This record gives sequence, structure tokens and C-alpha cells, in this order.
Amino acid sequence: MTTSLSPLLADPLADCLALVGAWLVIGIAGLAAPRSVRYAGRALFALGALVALALAAVAAWSLVSGVTQTQVLPIGLPDLPFHLRLDALSSAFLLLLGASVAGVSLFSAGYFRESDGMAPGLLCLQYHVFLASMALVLLADDAYAFMVGWELMALSSYFLVTTQHRIPEIRRAGFLYLLMAHVSALFILLAFGILQGGSWHFTFDAMRTAHLSPAWAAGAFLLATLGFGAKAGLVPLHVWLPEAHPAAPSPVSALLSGVMLKTAVYGMLRVTFDLLGHPVWWWGLVPLAAGLLTALYGVIFAAVQTDMKRLLAYSSIENVGLLFTGLGLGVVFFGVGMPALAALALLATLYHALNHAAMKSLLFLGTGSVLHATGQRNLGRLGGLIHRMPWVAALTLIGALALAGLPPLNGFVSEWLLLQSFLFADEIPRTFVNLLLPLGAAVVALCAALAGYVMVKFYGVIFLGQPRESSLAHAHDCGRLERLGLGWLAALCIALGLAPVPVIAALAPVTRQLVGSTVPQAGASWWLLAPVPHRAVSYSPLVLLLAGAAIIALTALLVRLFYRRGLRRTRPWDCGFGEITPRMQDTAEGFGQPIRSIFQSFFAIERELPTPFDAAPRYRIAISDRIWRGLYQPLWRGVRRLADAAAVLQRGRISAYLLYSFATLVILLAVVLAT
Amino acid sequence: MRPAALISQALEILVALAAAPLFLGWVSQCRAWLANRGAPSVFLPYRNLHKLFHKEAVLAQNASALFRIAPYVVFGTMVVAAGIIPSLSGRLPLVAAADAIALVGLFATARVFLSLAAMDVGTAFGTLGARREMMVGFLAEPALLMVIFVASLISATTALPAISAHLASERLSVDPSLAFTGVAFTLVLLAENARIPVDNPATHLELTMIHEAMLLEYSARHLALMEWASALRLFNYACIGFALFVPWGIAARGIGPLGLSLAVPVLALKLAAAGAGLAVIETLSAKLRVMRAPEFLATAFVFAVLGLLVHILLGGP
Repeated sequence: MTTSLSPLLADPLADCLALVGAWLVIGIAGLAAPRSVRYAGRALFALGALVALALAAVAAWSLVSGVTQTQVLPIGLPDLPFHLRLDALSSAFLLLLGASVAGVSLFSAGYFRESDGMAPGLLCLQYHVFLASMALVLLADDAYAFMVGWELMALSSYFLVTTQHRIPEIRRAGFLYLLMAHVSALFILLAFGILQGGSWHFTFDAMRTAHLSPAWAAGAFLLATLGFGAKAGLVPLHVWLPEAHPAAPSPVSALLSGVMLKTAVYGMLRVTFDLLGHPVWWWGLVPLAAGLLTALYGVIFAAVQTDMKRLLAYSSIENVGLLFTGLGLGVVFFGVGMPALAALALLATLYHALNHAAMKSLLFLGTGSVLHATGQRNLGRLGGLIHRMPWVAALTLIGALALAGLPPLNGFVSEWLLLQSFLFADEIPRTFVNLLLPLGAAVVALCAALAGYVMVKFYGVIFLGQPRESSLAHAHDCGRLERLGLGWLAALCIALGLAPVPVIAALAPVTRQLVGSTVPQAGASWWLLAPVPHRAVSYSPLVLLLAGAAIIALTALLVRLFYRRGLRRTRPWDCGFGEITPRMQDTAEGFGQPIRSIFQSFFAIERELPTPFDAAPRYRIAISDRIWRGLYQPLWRGVRRLADAAAVLQRGRISAYLLYSFATLVILLAVVLAT
Repeated sequence: MRPAALISQALEILVALAAAPLFLGWVSQCRAWLANRGAPSVFLPYRNLHKLFHKEAVLAQNASALFRIAPYVVFGTMVVAAGIIPSLSGRLPLVAAADAIALVGLFATARVFLSLAAMDVGTAFGTLGARREMMVGFLAEPALLMVIFVASLISATTALPAISAHLASERLSVDPSLAFTGVAFTLVLLAENARIPVDNPATHLELTMIHEAMLLEYSARHLALMEWASALRLFNYACIGFALFVPWGIAARGIGPLGLSLAVPVLALKLAAAGAGLAVIETLSAKLRVMRAPEFLATAFVFAVLGLLVHILLGGP
């Protein structure tokens, strides 16, 4: 067995390429019978899930074995072959890609049907091209291959976002998405332009050895932060995200939020620690501050949303903020010469990236099932689905509890690691920074608590209570493949939550590659997480769960033994009020009301209140983003004005254009003569 | 793991289970005295629990499984929390599994399950209570975390017994940052345990209630577990307060017969004093309007952050 496997194990990069190629083949195979749901929608997606699983296995193997492989593929332009490289960092993100895509593809195999606006075969093509391009981004070892992958990713996901292109709002969201993707790509291109450092070689190897002056290096870092930040949805570059992510079909939303955002984090890590190599400590303050602001902004907006997918999109913004916070903290620690702590902060980021990929994909897929069963995205028209859709409700509950950051699930582990690394911030040998940074922990704590609020709202309004519409009585649970997909992701959430030590051990090569240090394991036992050896600090979700389960089981047993009275079902009591209707429950607006009034200054609120004399009273409240009005609308108007001014030149008459050419020639001749 | 440690762990949990309703009864008795009313027996909460456990459970028709599981989960998390807070002894095997941050996470778990259960039946009061509970929670939780953060920075660990041992051994003088966090902690304790001025445990006045609104649909054994859990929560908070602010008298090394005979009366004294203090605060203050509660909790949060700043400015490295 080992002999037959050994060539496969020896060359994981080739395996990855073969698997990426398999995705492309599957995509193209979708065109053979584009209208057939059974062939393109079911079989090919299930095949794609298998490929993803294989990719995750290869990536895990390459991560554990610690190989770094490079390869040059002679495709593309004659003098510009693709340089590819598989190292610890790319393996970790490929693992994330493979593991979460396996769940999403399985779910998709049961999800897509004729009525989704686009032929399943076309969807299959774009979906798999999207997957392959993300893998290319992670494997690229020169700026050219990276940008090709990056643009391919933007384009293929644009088509996926605009699957239902007959709806004007979705076309608009798609355009905004494409625009921001290109702004992001421009910034990244400029960053690469600086990084080559005058050698004009755009391979990453050349960039690693290039010597940049401190000012240029800082410039490259800031451009990369802008570029990757725009792709990840950092405030104030986040406006596209809550439009585009909900517009896509749910499995695609899951990929966008769960996986694609992480490629931006990957790019940021790659540029900062690998290509630049020696980040200065104050650079880290930029992503740190932006990340904290983003996290708070995202979670506050999530709490007031009434559309379930928009709510999740805003929650993704929050999580991106937390990822950048950890990354910034890592840069600061590394810059001041504390690599062990930098490893801890980066570990929190990497772990959270994995966690978020699993739990956000799970929740987006859950909304997909709800959407298919009810046709509703509006929280105000849902409710009580736990009775109609027990599978989706149970599996989504795991995701919601994980996203709320509750022990013993996975969200808590990365939150714990991030808070632990903030506990060392007062040891940074820079005045003011060591004063201000611990306050970041306060923001992280506030965001974590608010995330709990958001998840109670999300889960409670959709699945609990009474159905708010009579049509919900006909909602049906999801199919078997969908269950499998959801179950896989829920299992990932549980595994990442209960076994943090093996995960951290697997991620050790990544932090070693990035900052030359790893997070030590003090206790050296697989069930006890103790990342800070000289402090008596440990966490063991497994023991916690077992203790809790034992106590709960004992309680239930005792209650059963000593308590013999029965159980009766009757109408809800509700403090003795007679008739209760579903309309008496809190709506999504109502549940968000405390947040709306506490954080009033964050929102631009438009209210339409009824007067006492209205025959048909109407209450409407619209919440929009102040940044959209304050930053983007003036920017948009400025661009319009410039374009209008430039339009004066465009007369639409051939003689005018000839005149322009003639004038240009004369001026050029004059310049040539003068020099 | 030595048997002594296991015994002290079991003892810790059993003492918490037994003492929590008694503490609640003591607070009610003190409040009655201060209000010049005839005081109920301190054992009233026990009788209540006994009565509730022996009634037929009445469940709403549309209550889901979540509704029936939630009391066990909430009770279980509170018991586990009691197991990692040093009240008698600092030598608790469970502490290795959960430090102070995980403790805050446990409280959050209980709160989320309580709120979800409150939304399950879909009554007006249930959802209202859930919303308010989460509002109080999202402000109180970071404040509590900041209080713990300051203590962790002082003692360079997040394990609660280690913090408490460090604070007990290091200084007898009051760290100025602990004064700020002490105020913050008291405010959080009042809010999290549904006490005046944030909530009133003694009323079912619909428009103002928070905690009671979430329990309206519960009866019999489920209600008993919920009530016991909230008594445990108050007891746990009090013990966190003791561990952080009056850490003396907790047996730091094992729990020999001598340590135990010392720790139990000390804990009883602390609880008696804390209960009386709580009753005084509740008697002297008026219930806030619900929408003023965020200001109250924001004050707590700011106090905790101030404590953090003071610690770093004065006592930092």
C-alpha cells in the first residue's frame, strides 16, 4: 500500500495541480449537458466535493510533512511562465479551501435546481473555475500567476454573484462587486510593482531578496493592506460585501464569505511576512486599528439587519476585522522582537480563518435550505422552523453557537487565543502603544459579546417561536446530500472546537515559516491547550464538555429518579393573556432595537412613523451606512463631474477627432524639436 | 490526579449547590428587614425548589426540544462554573480545563441558551425578555472580561485560583486599579443577576421584567432547575468577587481538615457580608427604566477600562 502511494506522497504540488485540473475538467464537463440538473447539478458537484476532499488531504499531508516544493509551468505568455510553490502557508490555506469546499459542494449537489436563474451546467463551470482560481492564488509564486488567479477569481465569482441577473438589484450588487475587486487588484498590482525593487523580476523569489528602502517598504505594505483589505471588506472598503455576498446563491455566498475572504488574509500574510520579510512594528498598527474598527462596525450592523443573508454578510465583516486584528498584533510583536508572541497572535488569526470558513459556510448553507423551503430571506416572515426543518435547525444551531464564540465549540478557541495574545500587549517596549493596545482587548470582548446577540437574533427569529407566515407550515426539511454537506461542516466546527492541540501542532510549520517561532505546548498532552508555558494558562474544551455532559446527565438521572409527576402539553401561558398571535413576537427590527438606540451614531436612520389620525398606519424604518453617504456618494459625484468635464472633448464628430490628432502631432513635433 | 484534589473539587461543587439557594434566601431576608417587613425564612428558596420539583410539568404545545433541554444546559454550565471558581480551595483539577476567559464563555453559553429557550414558545414576553437579557449581556460580558483582564495583568495568568492566590499573597494594600474594577464588578453583578436597579427579582410587572419574562413559560422541574441555576449564578458571581477582591482565607494548597475548617466559616462570613451589602444596595436604589440600563452597564464597562488604564499607567512594567 505504501509503495503504491509513495509517488503521490512525494510530490504534493503535482497532486494539487492534478486536483485543480480535475476541477477545471469537471467545470468544462458541465457544458456537455448544461440543462440537466441530474448530471451537471448533482453528479458533477458531488465529484467536485470528492476532489476537494482529496485536496484537503494532500494539503494536510504537505503541512504535516513540512515540504516546500516549487515548480515552473510553461503556460501563459512566452516569457512569463507560471511559478508555483507549495509551502506551509499555502498548504494551510489549501487545507481550509479543500475542507470547506467539500461541505459546500456536497450541499450544492443537492441544492441547485432549474429555477435558480442559470443553467446548472453554466453554474458548474463558473463554480469550479472559481475554485480552481482560488487554488491558483494560493499556489502562485510570482506576481503574474497571482494576478491571473486573482482576476480569474474576481470574474468567475462575479458571474456567480449575478446568477439571478434578471433582478436589477443583483446586477447592481454585481457591478459594485466587480468594481471593488478591480480597485483591490490595482492596489495589489501597485504593491507588487514596489516589491520587485527595481529588478523588474516579478517572481516572489526576486521580491524576497529585493532590498527596499524603509519608505518604499512601508508604501508596499500600505498598498497591500488597501488591496487585500478591499477584497476582505475592511472598513471603509466594505460597502460591496453586504450587497454582493447575499445576492449570490447560498452555496456561493458560503464560498465567498467562508473561503474567498481568506485568500485576502493569505495575501496579506504572504506579502507582510514572506515577501517583505522584515515588517516594522508600527505597520501592524494599521491593520490592527482598521481591524478593530471593522469588527465593531460589522457586528453592530449585523445586529440591526432584517435580511438573514445580509446579517451573515455583516457578520463576515466582523470576522474579517478580527482576522486583521490578530494579524496586526502579530506584526507589532514581530517588529519589536517578540517572535513567540507574534506566533501566538498569528496562530489566533490562522485558527480563526479555519473556524470562520467552517462556521460561516455552515450558516450560509443553512440559510440556503431555509430559502429553498420557504422562499423567504426576510427574517420578519420566518419563524418556528425548528418544527418543520429539524435537521437544518439542529445543524445550524451548532454553527450559530460556534459563531457566537461559545465554549466548547471552535469560535471560542480562536477568541481565547486572541485575548491571550492581547494580555501580553502591555509588555511591548514602546510607550503609548503598550498603553493603548490592551484596550483593543476591550473592543474584541465587546465584539464577541455582540456576536452572541446577533446569533441569538439570527437563530431565534428564523427557527424558534411561532411561524410568522401561514405559508411556513408547508416548509420541508432539506434533502440527504444537503444534510451531508451541513453535517460535514458542523463536524468540522465541533472537531476544531474540541481538539485545538492537534490543529495548533499542524499549524506550527506556518508560524515557523512566517515569524520563525512556534507556539509552544507546555503540557504536551493532546487534550490540554497550554500555549504560554511560563504562565499557568490552559484550556481544555474536551474536559469541559465531558464535565458538563456528566453533570447534565447526572442531573437528568436524579430528576428522573426522584421525580415522578408527568408532563402535560397545553396552550402557552404568556402571563395569562388570552389569544396570542405570531405577530406578538419580536420582529427582527424589534430584536435589533436596543442596538439601534445604543449605537445610534453609527447609523443613518430614516423613520416613517404613523400619526394618530392615519387610517392605515404605517411604520417603516430604513437603516443605511453612513460611510456610503459620507464617502462613496461624494466620491461618485466627483467622478461623475470629472467625466462630464472630459465629455466636452467628445464631440462625436470625425472632424473634431482629426483636429485632436493633428494638434497632438504638432505638439509632439514641437517637443522633439525643442529637445 | 490525586484523590485529595478530586475530593476538594467535588466538595466545591456540592457546597455551591447547597449554599446558593441559602445565599439567595439570606439576601431576601436582609431586604425584608431593611424594608421593615416581616422576613421570610432563609430556607424559603429550598422549599420553593422542593415544591417545584414535585409538580406536574406543563409545557406549551409548540415548545421544541430546545426548550426542554435548555434548563439542563443552563444548570449544567452554572455547576461547571461553580467548579472552577475557587470558593473554598484553590486546588481544583477542573481549572486546568477552563480559565477565567472560559468562565466568561460559560456564562455566555448559559445566557444564550436561556434566551433561545425564551424565544422558543414565541410569546410576546418571552422574546421581549430574551432581547433585554441579550442587551444586558452584551454590555456586561465585556465589562466582566475587562475586570478579569486587569486581575490577569496584575498576576500574569488567567487561571482564577492562581490570580486569587497571587492577589492574596502579593499585597495587602489596595491596588488603585482594583478599586475601579471593584466598582465595575459590582455593577456587573447587579445587572447579570437581575437585581435592582437593572431588574427586579421580586416582581412580575410586565413592562420592566427581564429575567422573569424569560421564565414565564417554564413550570415545575424545568422552572426549578432554572431557579436553582440563577441562584448558582449569584453565588458564582459572589465567589468571583471574593476571589478577586477579598482573596484571603481560600485554602491555596490542598484542602486538609484544617484548611476546610478554616475555609468554610470564612466563606460563610464573606457571603453573609456580601448578601447584606447587596440588600443595602438594592434597598437604596430605585429600578431604572429598561432603556437606561445600557448607560448603567456602559458605566461599568468604562470603569473596568479605567481600571485597566490605571493599572498600566501606575503598575505596568
